[in-house]
Amino acid sequence: MLKIRNLKVKIEGKEILKGVDLEVKKGEVVALMGPNGSGKSSLANTLIGNTKYEAEAEELSFEGICLLELKPDARARLGIMMSFQYPVAISGVTVREMLWASLRGRGLTVSALDLKKQIAEEGERLHIDEHLLTRSINEGFSGGEKKKLEILQMRILKPKLLILDEVDSGLDIDALALIAKNVVEMVKAGMSVLVITHYQRLLKYLVPDRVVVMKNGEVVDRGGKEIVDKLEAQGYKSYE
Amino acid sequence: MSKKTDNQTLPEDKLYPLGHTDDVEYSFTAEKGLTEGLVRKISSLKNEPEWMLEIRLKAYKKYLEMKMPTWGGDLSPIDFDDIRYYIKPKNQEAKTWADVPEAIKNTFEKIGVPEAERELLAGVKSQYDSEVVYGSLKKALSEKGVIFLSMDEGLREYPEIVKEHFGKVIPMGDNKLAALNTAVWSGGSFVYVPKNVDVGLPLQAYFRINTERAGQFERTLIIAEEGSKMHYIEGCSAPSFSSASLHAAVVEIYVKKNAKVQYSTVQNWFKNVYNLVTKRARVMENAEMRWVDGNLGSHLTMKYPSCILAGRKAHGEVLSIAWAGEGQHQDTGAKMIHLAPETTSQIISKSISKNGGRATYRGMVHMVPGAWGARSKVVCDALILDEKSRSDTYPVNKIQENDVVLEHEATVSRIGEEQLLYLMSRGIGAEEASTMIVNGFMEPVVKEIPLEYAVEMNRLVGLEMEGSVG
Repeated sequence: MLKIRNLKVKIEGKEILKGVDLEVKKGEVVALMGPNGSGKSSLANTLIGNTKYEAEAEELSFEGICLLELKPDARARLGIMMSFQYPVAISGVTVREMLWASLRGRGLTVSALDLKKQIAEEGERLHIDEHLLTRSINEGFSGGEKKKLEILQMRILKPKLLILDEVDSGLDIDALALIAKNVVEMVKAGMSVLVITHYQRLLKYLVPDRVVVMKNGEVVDRGGKEIVDKLEAQGYKSYE
Repeated sequence: MSKKTDNQTLPEDKLYPLGHTDDVEYSFTAEKGLTEGLVRKISSLKNEPEWMLEIRLKAYKKYLEMKMPTWGGDLSPIDFDDIRYYIKPKNQEAKTWADVPEAIKNTFEKIGVPEAERELLAGVKSQYDSEVVYGSLKKALSEKGVIFLSMDEGLREYPEIVKEHFGKVIPMGDNKLAALNTAVWSGGSFVYVPKNVDVGLPLQAYFRINTERAGQFERTLIIAEEGSKMHYIEGCSAPSFSSASLHAAVVEIYVKKNAKVQYSTVQNWFKNVYNLVTKRARVMENAEMRWVDGNLGSHLTMKYPSCILAGRKAHGEVLSIAWAGEGQHQDTGAKMIHLAPETTSQIISKSISKNGGRATYRGMVHMVPGAWGARSKVVCDALILDEKSRSDTYPVNKIQENDVVLEHEATVSRIGEEQLLYLMSRGIGAEEASTMIVNGFMEPVVKEIPLEYAVEMNRLVGLEMEGSVG
């Protein structure tokens, strides 16, 4: 589904990804791990088409479609969605208005009332205070509330590939379990996940099929979930 | 995008997206330029009492003596000798909708005065050039004793009320343009709300300029007696015409003890209009005045709605939005003069500049000695959409009393790339995403203006944003 071959990425002329290969298959959960500054978030941002990241690759494709020239909105319409590490606030725009525009952008017709109902239901499942849902997106939200709102958007937009960028930072254990539960449900329905994290705690709930470890812009290890335990015991020192 | 900023060279559709002109016959059209003879002529054509002529003549002298303000926008291109100061349409004030001439109905149609609104609103008072040509007052209003007339009618029918209040909140010598308005005023509204009356429905007026070089010098006087409540809405739409035009209005409002007044304006003048307006309210004990002001059109607007908070616990508010696009300068703001103890005020100003447009916030909060317990909050936010555009903020605070609270917040931002990325990453196109961000930025003010205007403003923002993102 997602195929990356020899991806090189620069930001302001500085090379931060130095030839990465990665594949995520349909319905697969792939964990991308690594220390701070290893290039994990850069990879995620490159995948959604953040123009700050200048990318070149032998292949960067999603369901056979080359992503390199596509803008972020076109990539989203193909079914790629990222849960942001730091979701921004947008004054005067509610989650409903945004989702309405998103669904319309995909050529989907949904009634405003249905969407409202759907948001309320998902909000309840994720224990999001209903008042937050009528406020400006992410404005004055706590870290945990922001992350839950990202997951709410996932539930409604139903991406084919979800990129979870450090979704576990700033979350308490209950919220983490709740988010993981919602993601796992979607995985059972066929969604693929690229989950970026430093820690293993999220991966207890969202068990990866494969694990990829990055360091200094390169992939330094690949394998099954046993790598998670190894990292837990030894940290990233073993890759020095 | 074109780099030209000279508004005269803009293509017609850019100057005004709703541009259109209708043929209207005029029964009197003044020669260009202003003379004492013309001031006398205006007064005699209107059969005014002698005292009003005297006021006009005194104001005319003041106008000649005073200097143009030099601190705001560039007024030098205005050729005051090339303006017609008075035009009287052939059609006299019509009393019912059926009497309104077809050409004028068509114009209403084009600017989108909705049918439902005509029925809903208690009184629609519309100004066509310098004279009111259509107005209707519903029975309910007159039963409450509310007077809603054109200023000309108001002067004819209630000369004593006009004489007592005219030019007292904004004296003729306040500024050169107020002097000019006082000398040649024509049209505008006269509103009187009796004690403890809640008008209920908003009173609306539509203003139009329809003749090349026609200046508009409306004069509005609103008197809200003790304990009364009213909302006045003024909206402007102007058709295409090619030479610069001047709009110099004066609005005076009395908000007496315990009364509440809201005055909402959406100004969408053609992009060669100089819109130089003086608006001021005198707010008495425990009364509330709120100005909601949207400035989308015009070449240059200079407008600073003011509240003189003259009674204890008087409250004043200004909520404003300025949109400065190609060839536009919006020099707007607010003034709050705290003269009494425990008076409170709030100014929320939002500006957006794009395509070389310039938005200036100019505001003043003045708290005099003895205005103890006064509080004021000023928030001005500017959004700049590209490198060519500009935003400036000139807040002035004159605080002469110790026991007061003044808060000031100001932000200047560009459309955040992160915000744009966020919305786009949800599948929303760049243009729509930018429009959402801009509309969201304006939302705190837009939500305070009547729905039909809010819809029009959002639609205009959409139009203006088209093709703005690469």
